[in-house]
Amino acid sequence: MVDVTVVGAGVIGAACAEALSAAGLRVLVVDRADPACGTTAAGEGNVLLSDKPPGPELELARVSRALWPELLAHLGASAEWEPKGGIVVATTDAGAAALAATASGQRESGVDAVALTPDQVADMEPLLTKHITAAMHYPEDAQLQPVLATVALLTAVRQRGGEVRSGEAAVGVVTKGGAVAGVRTERETVPCRIVVNACGPWSAAFARAAGAPIDVLPRRGMILVTAPLPQSVRHKVYDADYVGAVASGDADLQTSTVVESTQAGTVLIGSSRQRVGFDDTIRVDVVTELARKAVALFPFLADVPVMRAYGGFRPYSPDHLPVIGEDPRLPGLWHATGHEGAGIGLAPATGRLLADLVLSRPPSVDPRPFRVDRPAVIAA
Amino acid sequence: MRVELDGEWVTAVPGQTVAGLLLARGRVSWRTTRAGGAPRGVFCGIGVCHDCLVVVNGVPDVRACQRLLADGDRVRCQDGAELPS
Amino acid sequence: MSSVVVVGAGPAGLAAAAAAARAGRDVLLIDAESRRGGQYHRQDLLDTTERFPLPPGVEHLAETVVWAVEPGRRLHLLTGPADGPGRRRRTVDAAALVIAPGAHDRVLPFPGWTLPGVYTAGAAQAMAKGQRVAVGRRVLVAGTGPFLLPVARAVLGAGAEVAAVLEANRPRWHTEPRGLAAGLAKAPELLGYLRTLAKHRVPYRTRTAVIAAHGADRLESVTTARLDERWRVRPGTERELEVDALCVGHGFTPRLELAVAAGCALSGGFVSVDPAQRTSVPGVYAAGEVTGIGGADLAAAEGAVAGLAAAGAPVPPRLLRRVRSLRRFAAALDRVHPVGDGWREWLTDDTLICRCEEVPYRALRAAAPGARALRLTSRAGLGLCQGRTCGAAVADLCGLPGDAFARRPIAAPVRLGELIDEENE
Repeated sequence: MVDVTVVGAGVIGAACAEALSAAGLRVLVVDRADPACGTTAAGEGNVLLSDKPPGPELELARVSRALWPELLAHLGASAEWEPKGGIVVATTDAGAAALAATASGQRESGVDAVALTPDQVADMEPLLTKHITAAMHYPEDAQLQPVLATVALLTAVRQRGGEVRSGEAAVGVVTKGGAVAGVRTERETVPCRIVVNACGPWSAAFARAAGAPIDVLPRRGMILVTAPLPQSVRHKVYDADYVGAVASGDADLQTSTVVESTQAGTVLIGSSRQRVGFDDTIRVDVVTELARKAVALFPFLADVPVMRAYGGFRPYSPDHLPVIGEDPRLPGLWHATGHEGAGIGLAPATGRLLADLVLSRPPSVDPRPFRVDRPAVIAA
Repeated sequence: MRVELDGEWVTAVPGQTVAGLLLARGRVSWRTTRAGGAPRGVFCGIGVCHDCLVVVNGVPDVRACQRLLADGDRVRCQDGAELPS
Repeated sequence: MSSVVVVGAGPAGLAAAAAAARAGRDVLLIDAESRRGGQYHRQDLLDTTERFPLPPGVEHLAETVVWAVEPGRRLHLLTGPADGPGRRRRTVDAAALVIAPGAHDRVLPFPGWTLPGVYTAGAAQAMAKGQRVAVGRRVLVAGTGPFLLPVARAVLGAGAEVAAVLEANRPRWHTEPRGLAAGLAKAPELLGYLRTLAKHRVPYRTRTAVIAAHGADRLESVTTARLDERWRVRPGTERELEVDALCVGHGFTPRLELAVAAGCALSGGFVSVDPAQRTSVPGVYAAGEVTGIGGADLAAAEGAVAGLAAAGAPVPPRLLRRVRSLRRFAAALDRVHPVGDGWREWLTDDTLICRCEEVPYRALRAAAPGARALRLTSRAGLGLCQGRTCGAAVADLCGLPGDAFARRPIAAPVRLGELIDEENE
């Protein structure tokens, strides 16, 4: 007997399944493809506080940031966890003022944000441009390898008697007396009282198939990967307009630079945000814009080759907050989606919160901002 | 044409690639891998495998089998992953 | 808007460019090399005599890579010395596009294959024909397929000794009478190769392979062995052979990234085309090895068809018949030179499968399933060659489709500074 079926084996589905199985529930995870092959594999592996203005998402992020290292230690996985810290730099006076204001609000919410002098920045990032007007250090920003982390979470689910099925798409739910009684996959119907929609950018489609549509849309993001380099970029380095791009609803191309090195030696240059549906063809104007901004931050990159571009679709809700909770229209249908570009960072707290709510435990963060029945999510 | 090869000025002919010159001079490897420090030279010879990397005029990650030599080029071995200088 | 754009100046691309130009269209012929000819007709770079003069109406862009293709047949080019920096950036919108980038050697991994002194068969030929240098003094040629023969001849021509030519199969031509008949025209060429081998007393052994290479910092010797039909080693047949160079080829891998970027449908690991060489994308044609490995004659015939079709000119039935006949021969050739799955048994846990990222066989077996997760957890195929070298082997070993690594939106490495340089046409 299955208690809960989680639809989607990305990092969010895996984190929900891990938290539910840790509480003793029997969990089935189904995915139409292999685990961690969608949005999870297409991100940078960000676990960030620096990019979030004060508010509910920052609260969720703080809980999540504390949970990740605990969880990985508990699971005995490293997943290339690296608490390397982030540095946000401004290159204009206006940018400097905005950065100072954001940091001050974040500090009030308990985030460690330290203003750096030019000498300190040069010391911490010797190859960074000298043309900056302000710099802020966020020691709590971290990075991990999302595919490895997801695999570790799902391994724990299996060890606790749960099951993970790849290559089996969920196509809907069955109901009894107006509540969920099971999940229909392309092969069979699995009886269960709870179904968790963790389909990321495709969660609107599953919600529709389940008869309870929600408004979650794909946003295209693209990242450039350089040839492997020796240690050159030591932190996650952003320009200050990163915060603006995440919060914006414009369909037009937005880029804000994020430059960081990985343990494999490559430097990742992200990230663009475009609303182009599920179109995944390369856009050279995006590539060019990312390159221009990265070279402005780190001039040495001009002579470094880009060998790869990858991208994926980030799930977002129109009010840019995750959707975590039970669907009031269909008891037993739960959603855990809409994390946009922050799903890797927010995964453990999302799993924890969902499990808290399923089990009626006191929630680890205030669940109300993430509830399903808000106007932005449930179309009137 | 004169080109510099690991600090030594040598003669090259138009149409010669970096790999052509190195092989003609009896060299079989001129790069090390960044993890294992293993020697590498030409493997595919047609620009596909990126094994034959050299540093040309201070810029690393140049495929020796594809790069035609130009008069005055300064070529040296590549030691693992390098930053441009 | 340019007229017909042809990517690749090998047998297929040259034929396509000539055909489209003869049909009255302006043609832009793009190729990464400095000289036309491709791999098969590689010209001697030290000799300026031009073997492939251009017909009127064809503009040749040499030393030019197509690093991205956007929808609507928009090509992004960089022209200049290989790998830059400072190459000239240019964008071309093709009214019709012929993709003819060819193929590169497929080499199966085996212990020691990363030692300097181990080359692909194509490398030995390219170095001999293009640079007049032999890859060693005493050279062993091994693998499978008729391509090993011209490679051995090229190595001999560059002044080296060829220790032997080892063919892993024993081609069963009697099972392919129709295919053989279609390829009769190639018989004199084949006999020529065999005569050259005989003259230099080069042994030609079938059902024999190199299963390991040895040396400290470079190749010093190899282990050869007799194989059974599935390429498993016949115990007790292992022999050590001292050579300073080994050239290996186990067939070819098509260069698919441009076709994939253009949105062309694939089938069986090659670009799908109709009899007029049309791909699934309107206005995009493909010819040569990307549509199926078939050699220079077939590539040229397909190229001629693609060039005419791209120019909107009628394709003579005689030409279509020639393509069909050469395809029969190519298919038969392919069937008598299969890759036996016994090569997996040559591997050890430590054998590197991905050369760029130095990923051993052990790590591949421990990786997560699914092409994307497998790459990210093992790092196979994530190095500078982007899986071009190891992709076929990784796919084989991990049960993925052969074209699992064919998607490369950045089709060639580009320096960031070259990306941001203003376009100058």
